[in-house]
Amino acid sequence: MKKKFYWISVFFCMICLGASLANAGSADAFNDLKGTIKIAGGTAHIPVMKAAAKRIMTVNPDIRISIAGGGSGVGIKQVGEGLVDIGNSGRKPTDEEIGKYGLKLFKWAVDGVGVIVHTENMVKSLTKAQLKDIFSGKIANWKSLGGSDKHISVYTRDEASGTRAVFWKKALDKGDITAKANFVVSNGAMKSAIANDPNGIGYVSVGHMDKTVSPVTLDSISPSLENVKSGKYPVARGLYSNTKGDPRGLVKVFIDYLFSAEGRTIAEEKGFIPSK
Amino acid sequence: MNRQFEKTAEMVLFLPALLSVILTLAIFVFMLVFGLPLMKGGRFFELITGSWSPGHGMYGIQPMIMGTMAIASLSVFFAFPLSMGCASLISVLAPRGFSTFLRHTVRLMTGVPTVIYGFVGIFLLVPIIRELFQNGSGFCILSASLMLALLISPTMILVFMESFDRVPKSYLDAADALGGTPVQKLVYVIIPQARQGIWMGVILSMGRSLGDTLIALMLAGNAIATPGSVLDSVRTLTAHIALVIASDYESLEFKSVFACGLILYGFNALIIVMLRYVESKGTQ
Repeated sequence: MKKKFYWISVFFCMICLGASLANAGSADAFNDLKGTIKIAGGTAHIPVMKAAAKRIMTVNPDIRISIAGGGSGVGIKQVGEGLVDIGNSGRKPTDEEIGKYGLKLFKWAVDGVGVIVHTENMVKSLTKAQLKDIFSGKIANWKSLGGSDKHISVYTRDEASGTRAVFWKKALDKGDITAKANFVVSNGAMKSAIANDPNGIGYVSVGHMDKTVSPVTLDSISPSLENVKSGKYPVARGLYSNTKGDPRGLVKVFIDYLFSAEGRTIAEEKGFIPSK
Repeated sequence: MNRQFEKTAEMVLFLPALLSVILTLAIFVFMLVFGLPLMKGGRFFELITGSWSPGHGMYGIQPMIMGTMAIASLSVFFAFPLSMGCASLISVLAPRGFSTFLRHTVRLMTGVPTVIYGFVGIFLLVPIIRELFQNGSGFCILSASLMLALLISPTMILVFMESFDRVPKSYLDAADALGGTPVQKLVYVIIPQARQGIWMGVILSMGRSLGDTLIALMLAGNAIATPGSVLDSVRTLTAHIALVIASDYESLEFKSVFACGLILYGFNALIIVMLRYVESKGTQ
């Protein structure tokens, strides 16, 4: 646990460093404010949170924004317990969670969860049935899918992950995930794991996909931004920022910023679809 | 006045000592109390022999126990020859300048943060293991235990060195007088004399590798299957605690964390008992 905090603080330092190097933006609403905002939870949100924090902290150095990962489950619990100001989740908090903690939900973007493989992998399309068989361990070699004669390394996320929850429900139809699957703890870690493993298969937020990995089409629909937007690609979810009770003061300004023109542009730049 | 001072000092030192004892016991009681609901009705046994599948209502931690033992023992197995060689070189065989250099390097190694080893492991070791064996993702027992061996060897080397240095000089002089070469001196005099220290080094570093979290979390792959070979991906008890605690505070899953804690506590107690045994044998 301690080590986890270590990681988080290392990450935080990097953000601060990045922020000091950034150009000035126009996050004017923050001009006369000061204080800190603590954000934790969903790892899909991190690129947007980082970019927003960077701009805000450049305009107003009196504001400190800390961003930690942990996964959606962690975000919801921590904001509910009052440990952080904003708890991000890549899935809608359950009614039980909303009721218990009195959460207010802010869905500021829509995102998809897509399957990715290594760039050298010849397999670029799968059917849903094939995908389920791969993740349950029934298909264990790339050969039968048209790839090279290599065994398949399945990567999955830990139980706190909202990405996992959405993928499991909408892509695997709540099917089993093999016990032999490797566990990684964030969207970023998933991407680098697959980018390094020629035989790997995993799933990440569509916003996190880039040239280092190859997306796989599911029932011949590619997990692109357009397809998520039009609703053609089925494995989609909202990105939520949750607060305990109505947001106040600085936190409210931050949430409003996510919905402002500038906030929406950031979300779009990072590969998400800002909600209306 | 002097006496008064002694008494006060004793009192002042006694308090933190008492506090640390109480804390240790409190942790044990804490885990016992929280783990108790699981132990009632013989579920504890089920817990430590079953497999982990929360989707099917199974919260067994047997795969993690296996994983922990595999990684810890294998890492000690790798670290032992390495440390033995290093300690011999530093204490006996190497020329003075080189020996001092090595000594400082080893001291420096103890200060390297674990996460650095983890990073190096992911980007250097894991791809090599994956390409070499063409079996699995490379995140496996072997990768984790090799890296862990590197992590624990400084501890082992330092304990070994200390015990080598403690061998009475008169013994070494005797060996010199008989015309023994440095290697003969090492093999026939120093190592037999330092046996107790060697055991302590091994046991101490075993304890360290049992308790390590980050290396296993980053390099062992964290799969929940029972390992069948050193190339299988596993999850250790410590990594399991880190992964589950991040997602939950209430469910049965979370409660099983206390079983993990109890077992780790048990492992640790065993290590301490072994250390005491070795120590007492040495003083007789």
